[in-house]
Amino acid sequence: MAWDMLPMLAVMLPVLAMVAAVPLGARGAERLTLAYAPVGLALAIGIMLVVQLGGVPIRQELGHWAPPLGIAFRADGLAAAMLLTAALIIGAIAIFARADFGTAAGAVERRHAFAFWPLLLGLWAAINLAVVANDLFTLYVALELLTFAAMPLVCLDGSRATLQAALRYLMFALLGSVLYLLGVALIYGSAGTLDIVLLAQRVRGDIPVMIAIAVMTAGLLAKTALLPLHLWLPPAHAGAPAAASAVLSALVVKGSFVLVLRLWFGVMARVPMPDAAQILAGLGAAAILLGSVAALGQARLKLLVAYSTVAQIGYLFLMFPLLAASAGEVAAKAWTGGVVQAVSHAFAKAAMFLAAGIMASRFGHDRIADLSGAGRAMPVTLLTFALAGLSLMGVPPSGGFAAKWLLLSAAIGAGQWWWALVILGGGLLTGGYVYRVLAMGLRAGDPAPEPAPVAWQRDGIALALALVSVVLGFLPLAAFGLVQIGRLDVAP
Amino acid sequence: MTGTIFGLVGAALIGIGLFGMLVRRDALLRILSFNLLGGGVFLVFGAVARRGAGAGFGGDPVPQAIILTGIVVAFAATTLAVALVLRLAAAKDRA
Repeated sequence: MAWDMLPMLAVMLPVLAMVAAVPLGARGAERLTLAYAPVGLALAIGIMLVVQLGGVPIRQELGHWAPPLGIAFRADGLAAAMLLTAALIIGAIAIFARADFGTAAGAVERRHAFAFWPLLLGLWAAINLAVVANDLFTLYVALELLTFAAMPLVCLDGSRATLQAALRYLMFALLGSVLYLLGVALIYGSAGTLDIVLLAQRVRGDIPVMIAIAVMTAGLLAKTALLPLHLWLPPAHAGAPAAASAVLSALVVKGSFVLVLRLWFGVMARVPMPDAAQILAGLGAAAILLGSVAALGQARLKLLVAYSTVAQIGYLFLMFPLLAASAGEVAAKAWTGGVVQAVSHAFAKAAMFLAAGIMASRFGHDRIADLSGAGRAMPVTLLTFALAGLSLMGVPPSGGFAAKWLLLSAAIGAGQWWWALVILGGGLLTGGYVYRVLAMGLRAGDPAPEPAPVAWQRDGIALALALVSVVLGFLPLAAFGLVQIGRLDVAP
Repeated sequence: MTGTIFGLVGAALIGIGLFGMLVRRDALLRILSFNLLGGGVFLVFGAVARRGAGAGFGGDPVPQAIILTGIVVAFAATTLAVALVLRLAAAKDRA
């Protein structure tokens, strides 16, 4: 069977492309990225089909060395869903970014264009590695690769404010990853292996392992930007160029989130931690409410979208107590709801950041109070923003609705009705800040400056991403069965 | 016995480094604290390697390999952070 090579190829090929892109220069790197994007998409679709049709995770032991001596890759349903999400979004961003970072024929190559394309490829490789690696230390390497690729994207324009945001992001990220590494040392010392599948069978809830999980979770939360550790996110994501913000908000924070899932429901699959999970979801609830309120108060559009990311990350953590306290169908609903939230938020937020970027480049600013007339000058962009907003709010029939509905019914099913209130309240607040932007955009005002010549392609890409996030809600629930495949916490 | 001492020294370094990263505001001091913290983690890995010694080896080779990889990653992170601090300083001079 050659199918088990696919996850390895999904990691190796973008790394090779990144290495090859550096000597090719800005123009060559751009062409290489655009040429690789369909290949990466085909690999992701292939992995998804193999996992879906086979019903079991793809597993590959690198060099035929079995763990614990060797290292294995394992693409389960969650990994397949995230790989496909990453491939679609990065492919779309690559096309969108040609206007900002492309090098026209005959033009001189610019420094930030030269940096952007290899970084995008590196980020893709890192995301793919973070979702398919089955070894805690390989995951550490993936986490660092993700940070090293994402940090320069924050400060591509080289202004002082973005450099400061990038430095702050790097400090949070470094603290997070070194704490994670400390946990890896403690787990290896107590269990003698780092393979997640083996750990799931071996680990008992003894003290060193509990300390390790606590330290690693804290480190990963700093990288995922869950509420008390979110301070780096708004300046970093709002200051980056639109194409970069879209990848950062849509994908980079999800990489470390997948790691938290692997820890809690992979390594600790046999040791439920319902009390700690309540704390985690409590932080998530605080993120939803405070992040949304902060978004309501922002004067600048990109900061509003960035605070909306802080809030939406909160939803991801509501699945933890629901999974820890229940089994069977309710737990399955919570798991699916969490993963669908991650995927639909990725598409909606990428679309929203691209729409915000298009508006900012047309108006020359992104002050929400001065956006009047946007609806007349750029109806498609405002429609994109609205559709993405509907998905974030959880209005049916969007993907965000499917996610929030699943979480809501799992919360009721698990007898934890208070999370249902948080989900509903968060939806209302989200509606509030999306309405603020739309109401201002639809108001009659000074006509915006003349349209830029390539705007329709960029609008089309942003609209397509927003439509994907809405169409996710039309998928029959059976299609979400994919993400159940290979869950370690229900393995016999 | 040496394993225990290394482990304790590692724990002390982790404590100092964590304190520095959380309390210090100066970027360079925080980068140094990060390196102390990383050094402490590597010492803990070393203690783990010594405790896992067997089959005639002086230590378990897996944590040792992890230490080497970790040092490379930490070095890369430090250079990246220092480069960023230098760029920031240059931007301040221009402003």
